[in-house]
Amino acid sequence: MKKLRIILSPLFVVLTIALMIGMTIRSDFDKAPLPSTIPAVTDFDETVRAVNAALAARRQEAGYEHLTPADDFTVLRRLSLSLHGTIPSLEEIRQFEQAAQRKPEQETDLLTRWTERLLNDSRFSDYFSERLARSLVGTDGGQFIVYRRDRFVDWLAEQLENHRPWDDITRDVIADKGLWTGKPAVNFITAGVAGDDLDHEELTGKTVRAFLGQRIDCAQCHDHPFDDWKQSDFEGLAAFYGQVNLTLVGIEDKTSLEYEVEDRFTLETREVQPAVPFGPDWLPAEGTRRQRLAGWITHDDNRRFRRAIANRVWTLMFGSPYFTKIAVDDLPDPPAEPDLLDVLADDFAAHDFDLRRLVRVMAATDLFRSSSASDAETDQEYEILKEYWGVFPMTRLRPEQLIGSMLQSSSVKTIDQNSHLLFRAMRFFREQDFVRDYGDLGPDELDQRSGTITQALLRMNGSLTRELIEANPLNSTGRVANFSENDRECIENSYLVCLTRRPSPAEMTYFEQQLAELDGQQRTHAVVDLYWSLFNSLEFSWNH
Amino acid sequence: MESLNFTTSAVTRRDVLQLSAGLGLSFLMPALDLKAAEKRGTERQKSVIVVWLAGGPSQLETWDPHPGTEIGGPTKSIKTKISGAEIASLFPQTAEQIHHLNIIRSLTSKEGDHERGTYMLKTGYRPDPTTIHPSLGAIITQQAPNKNLEIPQHISFGDGSWPARGGYLGDQYDAFRIYDPGNGLHNMEMPVGDDRQQRRLGNLEVISKAFEARRRPAAKLSLHRKTLDDALTMMSSEQLQAFKIDDEPQALKDAYGDTKLGRGCLVARRLVESGVRAIEVSMTGFDTHANNYEGMQTQAEILDPGLATLIRDLKERDLLDSTVVMCLGEFGRTPKINGLDGRDHWPTGFSCLLGGGSLKSGVVIGETDPTGEKKDPQDPVPVENLFTTVLHQLGIDPQKELITPIGRPMALAQGELIEPLL
Repeated sequence: MKKLRIILSPLFVVLTIALMIGMTIRSDFDKAPLPSTIPAVTDFDETVRAVNAALAARRQEAGYEHLTPADDFTVLRRLSLSLHGTIPSLEEIRQFEQAAQRKPEQETDLLTRWTERLLNDSRFSDYFSERLARSLVGTDGGQFIVYRRDRFVDWLAEQLENHRPWDDITRDVIADKGLWTGKPAVNFITAGVAGDDLDHEELTGKTVRAFLGQRIDCAQCHDHPFDDWKQSDFEGLAAFYGQVNLTLVGIEDKTSLEYEVEDRFTLETREVQPAVPFGPDWLPAEGTRRQRLAGWITHDDNRRFRRAIANRVWTLMFGSPYFTKIAVDDLPDPPAEPDLLDVLADDFAAHDFDLRRLVRVMAATDLFRSSSASDAETDQEYEILKEYWGVFPMTRLRPEQLIGSMLQSSSVKTIDQNSHLLFRAMRFFREQDFVRDYGDLGPDELDQRSGTITQALLRMNGSLTRELIEANPLNSTGRVANFSENDRECIENSYLVCLTRRPSPAEMTYFEQQLAELDGQQRTHAVVDLYWSLFNSLEFSWNH
Repeated sequence: MESLNFTTSAVTRRDVLQLSAGLGLSFLMPALDLKAAEKRGTERQKSVIVVWLAGGPSQLETWDPHPGTEIGGPTKSIKTKISGAEIASLFPQTAEQIHHLNIIRSLTSKEGDHERGTYMLKTGYRPDPTTIHPSLGAIITQQAPNKNLEIPQHISFGDGSWPARGGYLGDQYDAFRIYDPGNGLHNMEMPVGDDRQQRRLGNLEVISKAFEARRRPAAKLSLHRKTLDDALTMMSSEQLQAFKIDDEPQALKDAYGDTKLGRGCLVARRLVESGVRAIEVSMTGFDTHANNYEGMQTQAEILDPGLATLIRDLKERDLLDSTVVMCLGEFGRTPKINGLDGRDHWPTGFSCLLGGGSLKSGVVIGETDPTGEKKDPQDPVPVENLFTTVLHQLGIDPQKELITPIGRPMALAQGELIEPLL
C-alpha cells in the first residue's frame, strides 16, 4: 500500500492541480454566492454586545482598555483556518473584495455574512466533525472488528451538515444502540473496547471530559486532590455504562447486567449502582441507563454541558481555551456569577444548541476581529495580555491546517467540494505522512505549543513543499509567475495566495528589484524561491 | 597494529585531532570540543539514557519474579551476576549484565493512569493543573547543555505517547523525536543550490521583518526563528553521522537486534559518544491487561538483547561510568492475575533498573510480598527519589529552584537521595 502511495502520489499531485485549475490568474471569478442575511438575527447583536462587554471587563482586570482592530483580510484568513482548516484561495479573496466594493445595501456587515458563507460550505462540516471527533473518540484506530472511526466522523459531519442540535448529537453518541457500521454513533462506545471488554473507566472519563469539560479520571483511583470529585462519583457515573452489552448485532443495553468494580487494595469485587455526583433532579426516571445519563448531561440546568462545548468551540476559534492556563477539558466548576462562557453557553442553549450560532457569535466579537500585534515587549507582558484577552493570540497551525494551507496556496482556485474527490485523494496520499512527520498531538491538539526543528526541516526541505511550489503551467506558482501582467502583480499575487495580504512597500521594492534583473527560467526560479520563503515564514505557519 | 588509513574506522577522532593540530589545520575541525568527546571514565561529562517501557511493565515478569507462588504465574526466574538476585528467565542476556546496574523493586507512586503515571515517571512530579513540569532530560539539557552540539540536546526514539517534554522550561527543551531510529534523519538535504538557498533565506528576513515588528514576544515564544536556525546548523553538521549505524559492525547490530528498540539503543550509545546529554529510547506494548505471559515473552525477546547489549557496549567503551542508564515504565502490574490471564495497573512496589554514571552497582533495593497481599513493599523508594538521585549524580543540584512562568518557585526534584546507590 505504501509503495503504491509512493508511486502514485506525484501523479496525483499533478492530476489534482491540473483539475483544480480553470481560469487564468487575472480573469474574474464566479460571483460570490453570499447569503444576503444571516438567519434569526433579532437578538444576535445583543449577544455579541454582551460577549464584548464581558471581554472588556476581563481586559480591564489587567488594565487594558482597547483592542487594536485587525484588517479584514486577516480576519478572513482566521475564519478560513478556523472553519475550513485552510487559508482562503485567491478566488475567495477576489470575491470578498468584489463584495466589499458593492454598495452596502445590507444591514449585516460583510465579515458576518462571509462567516455565514463559510458555515454553509460543506468544508465546515467536514472540518469541524474531525475536530469534535478528537474529543469524542481520540485518534487511535481502535479494534477494527468493533470500531470504525471513519464512520463515526462521517456521521458527525452529516449531523453538522443537517444542523442537528448538539444536545441531540450528544444523546445519540451516549445512548444509541446497534452496529458500529449501521449506527455510527455507537462507535463512541466501541472506541473504548479493550480486548473483549468495554473499558468502563476510560469511557466514563471521556464522557465527563467531552461533555462536561472536566476531568474526573483521577477519581478512578482516589478522591480528586483539587476538585470535588470523589471516587464514588466516578464509579456511580461508570455504572451508567454497566449494562452496555457487546454482541453480534452491536451495542445494546442488557438490564440483567450490573456494574462491578474490584477494589484496588482489597481486590474484592463489589456492585455499584448508577449515581450522579450533582443535580440528582435532572436525572430522568425512565429509559435505559445510558439514556438517563444522556438526559442528565444535556439537562437544561446542567451548565457544565453547554460551557464545555462553548469552551471547545472558543478554543477552535481563538486558538486557546477561554481560561488560557487550563486545558480545554479541565474547566473549573461553574462560578456562582455567570461569566463569559455562560453568556455564550446560554445563548447557544436558547438557540437550540446550534453549533453554528456559537461560531457566528464568536466570529462577530471585537476580539475575533482584533490584531495579534501589540506593544508588549517582554514575554511576561505578552503572557498577561493573552491571559486577559487583550490581543488575538498567535497559535501554531495544526498539521492539517498547515497542509491544507500549503495545498490551497498551490492553487489560485478554491479547493472545495467541487474538487473534493481529488482533494481527498491527494490528502489520502500525502496527509497521513505529513501530519505524522509534522507531529500530530492527537486528542491534545488544542494544547498550545511552539514550533519544532522537525517542522522547520519538513517545511524547508520536505518533498511536499518542493512538489507544490515547483512552477508548472497548472499550479499557482507557474500561473503567478507567467500570467501576471508585470512584476508588481506577480509579487502581489504571491503574497495574496500565501499570506492573504498584499506586500508592504518595503517588501514590494525588495522583490521588484530582485525580479527586474531576471528573465526566463531564472525569473521563474526567483518566484519559486519567493513562494518557498513565504511558506517558511512565521506568518504562514501560525494563525494570527 | 596502528593504522593511519582514513578509510577505516580504526582512526579515532583523537587521531584526526592530533594530526590536524600537528599540521596546523585544527581550524578546519567542526566546533566540537573533541577532547571532551574523547574523555572516558568518570572524567567525562555525564549523559542519561532512559529506556522507557510504555504501558507499565510487569515487575513479576521482569526484575522481581515470584516463581512458584500464586501471584507469580508461570514465569520462572534465573540467576544473575548479582549474588542472590534472580530476575525473570525471559531476560537471560540482561542477567549477564545486570550487575553493572542496580535493581529497585520497591518503587511507589500514586498514579495508576497511563498519562498521569507517565507524567510522574518522566518528571518526578504528580500532574498539576497549573504547571507542566519538565522531564528529566529537559532539566539536564537546560541546566547542563553541551554547547558544542549541532544536533539536538534531548532526543527521543520510538513511537510511544507523551514523549519527554520541556514543560515550564519551554518547548525548546522538548525531546527531538525520531520514530524509526538507525536510518538517518529525513529532510536534511536542501533542495536547491547554495546561491538559491541564500536568496530564500534573505527573502525570509524581509518577509519576517514587518510581521514580527509588533509581535516580538510572540515571535520569540513561537521558536520559529530558533528552530529554523537550529535546523540549518544541523543540516550541515558532521555530527549527523551519529544517527546512522551503517558503519557499525554487523555482529554488534545483530546483538542489539534489528528492532526499533535495538536500533534506538545503538544510536543512543553513538549519541552519548557525540556528547548528547539526554536520550530516551521508547518501547510500547507493556500494557498487558490480557495474556500477560505471552505478551511479556514477545516484549522480552526485543528488550533483552537491546538492553543487555547497551549495557555491555557502554561498559566495553568505558562510557558506563559517565552514562546513567534507567529502565522503567509508568507503573507496575497487579500481583493478582485477572480473568484474562492479564495483570492490571499497579503503582506501588514496582521495579526499575538504575545504574551507571558512577553510581554503585550490583545493589538490590526493596522487596515485595510474595503473596501479593501486602501492597507496601519493604524499603519503599518513592518515584521522586529517582530524579533527585540522578540529578545529584550529574552534578545538578536537585533542590535548586526555578521560577515557573506563573511565578511559582519550583525545585528541580522533590525527593531524597537513594543512599545505597551513592
